[in-house]
Amino acid sequence: MAGISFLLNGKSVTSMARPTTRVSDVLRGDFGLKGTKVGCNAGDCGACTILLDDEPVCSCLVALGQIDGQSVTSVEGLHQSGVIERLQQSFLAHGAAQCGICTPGMLVSAAHLLASTPQPNRAEVEDALGGVLCRCTGYSKIIDAVMQAHSHLPQPMKPGAGNNVGSSIQHLDGVAKVQAGLAYGADKVPANALLLRVIRSPHHYADFEIGDKSAFLAAHPGIVAVFDATDVPGRNCFGVIPLFADQPVFAETTALYRGDAVAAIVGEADVINRFDEAQFPINWQPHETILTPQAALHPDARQMHKGRDGNILVKGFVARGDADAALARAAHRVTIHSSTPFIEHAYIEPEAGYAVREGDRLMIYGCTQAAQMDRDSLAEIMAMDVDAIRVMPSAVGGGFGSKLDISFQPFVALAAWRLNRPVAICYTRGESMRSSTKRHPSDIRLEVGCDADGRISGFVFDGVFNTGAYASWGPTVANRVPVHASGPYVTPDYRASSVAVHTNAPPAGAFRGFGVPQSAVAQECAYDLLAEKLDMDRLAFRRMNALQNNMPTVTGQSFATGVGIAECLAALQAEWNAANARADKFNKDAKNSGSMLRKGIGIASCWYGCGNTSLPNPSTMRMGVTADGACVLHQGAMDIGQGANTVISQIAADALGVPVHSLSLIDGDTDLTPDCGKTSASRQTFVSGKAALLAGRALREVILRHGNVSDDASLMIDAAEIRLVDNVTGGTANIDLSSLPVNAHGYVFMAEETYDPPTTPLDENGQGAPYAVYGYGAQMIELTVDIGLGQVRLEKMTTAHDVGRAINPLLVEGQIEGGAAQGIGLALMEDYLPGRTENLHDYLIPTIGDVPRFEHIIVEVTDAEGPYGAKGLGEHVLIPTAPAIVNAIRQATGVLITHLPATADKIRAALHQQAQELKS
Amino acid sequence: MQGVLAADHHDDYVRAPDLDAAIATLAAGPCRILAGGTDVFPSLQDRPLVGRVLDISGIADLRQITQSDDHWSIGAAVNWRDVIRAALPASFDGLKAAAREVGSWQIQNRATLVGNICNASPAADGVPALLTMDAAVQLQSCRGSRVMPLASFITGNRKTKRAEDEMVTAILVPKTATAGQGYFYKLGARRYLVISIGMVAMRLLCGKQRTISEIAIAVGACSEVATRLHDLEQHLCGQPLAGAADMVSASHFAGLSPIDDVRAPASYRMDAVEESVRRLLVQAGSDIGHEK
Ligand SMILES: Cc1cc2nc3c(=O)[nH]c(=O)nc-3n(C[C@H](O)[C@H](O)[C@H](O)COP(=O)(O)OP(=O)(O)OC[C@H]3O[C@@H](n4cnc5c(N)ncnc54)[C@H](O)[C@@H]3O)c2cc1C
Ligand code: FES
Ligand code: FES
Repeated sequence: MAGISFLLNGKSVTSMARPTTRVSDVLRGDFGLKGTKVGCNAGDCGACTILLDDEPVCSCLVALGQIDGQSVTSVEGLHQSGVIERLQQSFLAHGAAQCGICTPGMLVSAAHLLASTPQPNRAEVEDALGGVLCRCTGYSKIIDAVMQAHSHLPQPMKPGAGNNVGSSIQHLDGVAKVQAGLAYGADKVPANALLLRVIRSPHHYADFEIGDKSAFLAAHPGIVAVFDATDVPGRNCFGVIPLFADQPVFAETTALYRGDAVAAIVGEADVINRFDEAQFPINWQPHETILTPQAALHPDARQMHKGRDGNILVKGFVARGDADAALARAAHRVTIHSSTPFIEHAYIEPEAGYAVREGDRLMIYGCTQAAQMDRDSLAEIMAMDVDAIRVMPSAVGGGFGSKLDISFQPFVALAAWRLNRPVAICYTRGESMRSSTKRHPSDIRLEVGCDADGRISGFVFDGVFNTGAYASWGPTVANRVPVHASGPYVTPDYRASSVAVHTNAPPAGAFRGFGVPQSAVAQECAYDLLAEKLDMDRLAFRRMNALQNNMPTVTGQSFATGVGIAECLAALQAEWNAANARADKFNKDAKNSGSMLRKGIGIASCWYGCGNTSLPNPSTMRMGVTADGACVLHQGAMDIGQGANTVISQIAADALGVPVHSLSLIDGDTDLTPDCGKTSASRQTFVSGKAALLAGRALREVILRHGNVSDDASLMIDAAEIRLVDNVTGGTANIDLSSLPVNAHGYVFMAEETYDPPTTPLDENGQGAPYAVYGYGAQMIELTVDIGLGQVRLEKMTTAHDVGRAINPLLVEGQIEGGAAQGIGLALMEDYLPGRTENLHDYLIPTIGDVPRFEHIIVEVTDAEGPYGAKGLGEHVLIPTAPAIVNAIRQATGVLITHLPATADKIRAALHQQAQELKS
Repeated sequence: MQGVLAADHHDDYVRAPDLDAAIATLAAGPCRILAGGTDVFPSLQDRPLVGRVLDISGIADLRQITQSDDHWSIGAAVNWRDVIRAALPASFDGLKAAAREVGSWQIQNRATLVGNICNASPAADGVPALLTMDAAVQLQSCRGSRVMPLASFITGNRKTKRAEDEMVTAILVPKTATAGQGYFYKLGARRYLVISIGMVAMRLLCGKQRTISEIAIAVGACSEVATRLHDLEQHLCGQPLAGAADMVSASHFAGLSPIDDVRAPASYRMDAVEESVRRLLVQAGSDIGHEK
């Protein structure tokens, strides 16, 4: 057999793979070019983009045989294009790569554009990059990076000691991302690894029986093992909240959702890839499916979990004052019924990794947001000692909450242990979407009133959340929502209840905001309606009701400092005035000219408590100096693209008093880093950042004491020497590091500090101090609606977020834009329907052409608790987006769409109804 | 057999060097025809491509757009980008507009027009514009070749009249149907990478005093197979373009049978294509107005 020959990055090569193999698999497998990513295998994500005879194509849609004699350029070969270095620099300078998984596809597409169009305009960039999805950045920074690749870029910032915090330094791990050199979950499979495939339920709800496994193995050479529930050595159960853990590694007799794992087969990669699942010996007995809380709450509905009567997982409740009396005396009242569907995280990297048995230990490599939690769960599942398990996180190609839950880990761990061979897995896109957690669908009823002056008077909220088949983060959602449903407004008379209900849908878990983006839709839309009843400006109404320092929240907590919502709203006033004037003029002109376009402006606020609700959630940071002068930060807060590595290093560096670029980072590996908890709840900057601050200060203290200088000293680590200069006395001290004893961790100086934010439990009325810090923000959107077709076009978004202190302003902007893009998806297009939209073809997330221009106002109302005054931000940013959009659509058209997504057909139908009502 | 690169007990991949080799391969037994692969690969749902595969993407003769005295011919290996770049009469502008809206650049660089019609999705963006130009399909097998109108070639959702041993070699556009200007409007739920909720193609020729002398309108994604709106065409023919949009009424769309699916409900599809037709007429009016 001759093989297929082609030019690969300028070199002539031959592949002996089957000619029908996808080129993406050939590049990654045969040639080890892992820069080409596979996000969907279906042309939908563009992560696999290569140049074929100098034209961009999706390499997952091209068969090896088809490139016979042609020329392939992968991201690794772009240096021939002459523009790639500038492009990479520009991506770094603009922070255009967050998790970095889309970056290779973006770079290939952009390099192709720049080769013919060195100075493209925005529309040209959008057309060229329209085929590559990014779930992290909101695209805006990518567009800027490509448009400005030709221009002179500022030198990257290299702040000195004491100036790290507040600097827009580039992502510390950015270079590897733009050079496509970072290894993600699927990029590091050992050569001799077996491949594992999970057999999952094709039914929403079914009993099953697995047939004769040995006969199956005998009939399928190349498949070496089948595992099911009977093989789990320890507890066949996991869950992110121990008290509610209920999800089996393998279902035992009943699959509770479409995607529930029932067995796994392991074998040679080729055999596993080609295996036809219909051959697996299993008998299914489907039940009547329960997909909505309404059906699950019906008295005749089958109960899914023991002890959870009525299929109710948990209820949440917060009450303060007398909501009913306040509503009764209110001058104006409005009611809202809103709903949102399942939302898929749609990170571009499907779950992937591998496990290896190393004697009595198990090592699991792959993508995760919570290495320590994985380790603890795996120990229980495998009935092993926690110390016998090592989790080595790969780079993570997006998580947004879903990679907090265990996914592939127990399957490969079990198989590698039993077979004593490395075992790898890579989820397909469909498998990832079917099996992973989702944002909770919500069904919310709200009644809220205000007095004649516009002050909120009575707020009664009731939210039903579809929590799917297993608990996952359902309890968190049920608890967070009643605490946050008021928004950042003074609400003395308040009652909010929530319930999380099991159905045969995928488990609903953590997704940026834990239910709060859903409740904000109802609350913020209601506030527009109230303002209208009062004939009051919508922003003025919000400013009047904004929460202030020393005013109790709905849980009765008051903050002496740091309540920044009033400042955020004030920051938007000028743009609000200008945008409303633009809209008025635009709409007058449109009506005169007969145009079908209407402009609308919308606004919404957010607040969000940073860290776990009323629960301990400590982070521990270790920092040390080695005998040869390396200053090392053990940073266990997983960087999932949001920049934790960078921001936490900036904090630690200033605390110690050294330049951030002089730090070395050790991240994630559970053998090497102390527990930093999970990357969720917007807690890493605040909680882990504070731990880093404490560790940096403690290390500084140790060193200064050793050199016997005062607190006001400058510190320089230079090779194997630390030089101290006492700024008070002028005295100096030199410490010869090589002469000092080395501790068990390999350091001559070391400090380890833990921070756990002070909170108190909530009482039966939800009163207490659930969080040590809240972050605040507000967003404004300017959009047009085509009233003839119902289509919405977003034009400009102006944001004002109070981050306490912007440790890194560039990264702050990146977080806002990425969160807003997810909010745009929630508002306008995303709708996960189990069994129907399980791919990126039918499940639509925003593309580069669907995001507005952004303008940011970073508000810094420092908080006494956070590191350098910083607050969390990661989740806040998508809370106001959807309600702002819904409010803008209403202002443009008069119709209020509270059942999301606000698709063109819903807007048209509502306009139709409005017209009918006007007629009659 | 010529062109065979590899074979094992159940796989047989043939990269046909020319049409004869392709026809011979089809004659030897049923195969899956692979052109741009943008429908073939996604339909595999991540599983490998197995079985007998006939790859026609390397047949140079098929990657051509040619013309004879009486028709234009778009070969089976011609992709959407090729169409965008080709010098074609203005009646093809609707087809070119459709090409620009297909998926993304990555898709347009691979996906063929012939693959688009053979895949026979109700939402195939190429079909309405081709219908407005009375396109026909050329089929070939070892038994000979035949030509049939595109309108009868596609018989339903993912169904065509292609026999197992046949392949489509070209789309033929008769020059009798290339007068006038082509238009296209696609309704999608996002800007890029989106399958149509509905789309409308129109070809329009105006005579003296800007009256409509020839008009063809076709609608896609609103019935199993995209269809021409013959009633509406007759109603508009001979009328002044200026008032044409106002002459469009719901009854002209009565023959459509859109479905409810994840992209949109049927009622919206009806409503939106009616509006889109009006807009194309208004747009045509202003375009022609500017020319004068
Ligand atoms: C991400 C993405 C976005 C897309 N967006 C759009 C869109 O916006 N609009 C749209 O209309 N389509 C879209 N598509 C679908 C697809 O790109 C088109 O239908 C395309 O034109 C198919 O051409 P192909 O050459 O890739 O066909 P292939 O996938 O190679 O083949 C398609 C089908 O036709 C058969 N076939 C191909 N050639 C012949 C022949 N000569 N004779 C007989 N049978 C043949 C094949 O056997 C197969 O059944 C999209 C696809 C993807 C993956
Ligand atoms: S992997 Fe090829 S487009 Fe997604
Ligand atoms: S940076 Fe684009 S997907 Fe993460």
